Amino acid sequence: MGFGRYVLHRLLLVVPTLFGVTLISFTLVYVLPGNPALVKAGSLATPEHVAAIERQMGLDRPVHVQYWRYLTGLLRADLGESSSTGRPVLEDFRQRVPATLELTLASLLVAAAIGIPLGVLSAVHRDTALDHASRLVGVGGVAMPSFWTGLLLLYVFFYLLGVAPPPLGRIAADVVPPTRLTGLYVIDGALTGHGTALLSALHHLMLPALTLGFAVMAPLTRMVRATMLEILESDYVKAAWAAGLPRRRVIYGDALRNALIPVITLLGVIFGFLMAGNVVVEMVFAWPGLGHYAVTSLVTKDAGPIQSFVLFVAVMYVLVNLSVDLLYGLADPRIRLR
Amino acid sequence: MSELLEVHDLTVHFATEDGLVEAVDNVSFSVRPGEILGVVGESGSGKSVTAHALLRLIRPPGRIVRGEIRFEGADLLALPEARMGAVRGARIALVFQSPRTALNPVLTVGRQIARLYELHQHVAPAEAWRRTIEMLTLVGIAEPERRARQYAHQLSGGMCQRVMIAMAIASSPRLLIADEPTTGLDVSIAAQILDLLRALGRRTGASIVLITHDLGVVAEACDRVAVMHAGQLVEIADVHTLFKRPLHPYTQALVRSIPRIDREVAMEPIPGAVPSLLAPAPGCRYADRCARVLEVCRRERPVLRAAGASHEVACHAVEVESGTAVR
Repeated sequence: MGFGRYVLHRLLLVVPTLFGVTLISFTLVYVLPGNPALVKAGSLATPEHVAAIERQMGLDRPVHVQYWRYLTGLLRADLGESSSTGRPVLEDFRQRVPATLELTLASLLVAAAIGIPLGVLSAVHRDTALDHASRLVGVGGVAMPSFWTGLLLLYVFFYLLGVAPPPLGRIAADVVPPTRLTGLYVIDGALTGHGTALLSALHHLMLPALTLGFAVMAPLTRMVRATMLEILESDYVKAAWAAGLPRRRVIYGDALRNALIPVITLLGVIFGFLMAGNVVVEMVFAWPGLGHYAVTSLVTKDAGPIQSFVLFVAVMYVLVNLSVDLLYGLADPRIRLR
Repeated sequence: MSELLEVHDLTVHFATEDGLVEAVDNVSFSVRPGEILGVVGESGSGKSVTAHALLRLIRPPGRIVRGEIRFEGADLLALPEARMGAVRGARIALVFQSPRTALNPVLTVGRQIARLYELHQHVAPAEAWRRTIEMLTLVGIAEPERRARQYAHQLSGGMCQRVMIAMAIASSPRLLIADEPTTGLDVSIAAQILDLLRALGRRTGASIVLITHDLGVVAEACDRVAVMHAGQLVEIADVHTLFKRPLHPYTQALVRSIPRIDREVAMEPIPGAVPSLLAPAPGCRYADRCARVLEVCRRERPVLRAAGASHEVACHAVEVESGTAVR
């Protein structure tokens, strides 16, 4: 019915948002202290040499011309160059984004798989020992810094128990990564039937995903609990119960389906947060992802990667919000049909 | 004629942070086969809690403290939860106060009815859907095929209430409890809903418990009336007697509070408000608002006594001689 138009409407709204994002990422680097040409030329360069590089990079032109060049560059998928790796930023990104994406998705999965059932159980068994225990776990996740959780997990599962691999990247050193299809080792391993790679990738993913998932689980649990409590008191839940549907079916069917609608939004927010916020965990587990790259670039004042990282995270947020809106439309008929 | 439903000393308490709320206090009444029993009272008088208690829908912090609910030969309060599921919706159905919020917003209304056929009558989905369309037609919904595929927010309030009623009668229950079924509806729509309920009652032979605060609705639709005040049932009589010769001071005040245009009688509001049900004093809960209050009223809870043919009242001030009220 109206769903096609709804999708089109949401898609059109993305265009001005993305335009605004490029303005911000451009301005950010423009107003940052430090001359990119100076960084590129090195500390021993003569003023003439620096001026030549400025001309070459277009830094002597008016702001709007610089922005225009930046924008047209983006449209040609030209993200500039990294002065520390000396390679196009796009190349560096192509290598690191899948690692971050894999970790983010796995963490989100962990958070949802534990957080949502915990929230439901907390609501159903409100004010019981189970509810209090779940709150304690949630507070622990929020209160413990993730580098600490990560180290703790490493200590227990790698050092003491020896069931986890050493924190040295995405896959064991002696395992050949699967043929690149999506760049996510787990998915590529499964798709190409490369069992050893799949297992090794899962094995390496386990602890970092648990660490991150644990950190972002609490808001999910709290929200599911609060929404479920409200919905369990609602008339339609009582009505379904009064109509003879078993209480269990009412809770896990009628109530949960409605409670999951706002959860979609929260999952989107958490996804964005994870994309930008897993820097620390990438450091702890030597995960060759984007966070790692961004921090290094920031330390060396490498403008191109920083600009692109900001742009990338913003674009991810926009895309995630778009998916959230579309999923919302699917999940809630009241939105779809308006 | 044996009774369809007999309620004895039903008592429901809610444990709140401020203390124990005695929402329903020793309520006893019965429902005869095929009749429409009205339950009236102000907001907070325990009507809805009583209705929910009949289906054992009271959740913590609420609790049915004592009582007996005899229905079709079984004490519902003693049934295991699994067997109670076969009573709910199938033998006793409930029509909710606000139809729009009582329908699941993410399921089509047709689906919500059809799944009851699948649940209670064990029919295949296609057959359940066919019966759903039939039922929607029966409750007076035009274009049932199209409406069945819509969601609650796409229907008017009156239509939602018709859907609720269709849900309630889908399994041909013997008892239909309608909790303020016309609240929030236009006067003309409300009248249509009442007519529909009455017609369905006649057609299926089901008894109806009609909960309302509107004495006009009672006069129009009911055979007998039970009057509730602050969680206690104060009087029960056939509708004619109740309006013509109310015995309980509260009922009398209720009847006097009806606006009249045919007589030059000033409308009298009832003084005071429903008393707090938080650890109420022993005795009659109407005592503080009552003009005929006696000393015994504050000490002893009055029990229902026969005060005429099909007329019972719980009041110390009403004098009864051999089953008939004399004063």
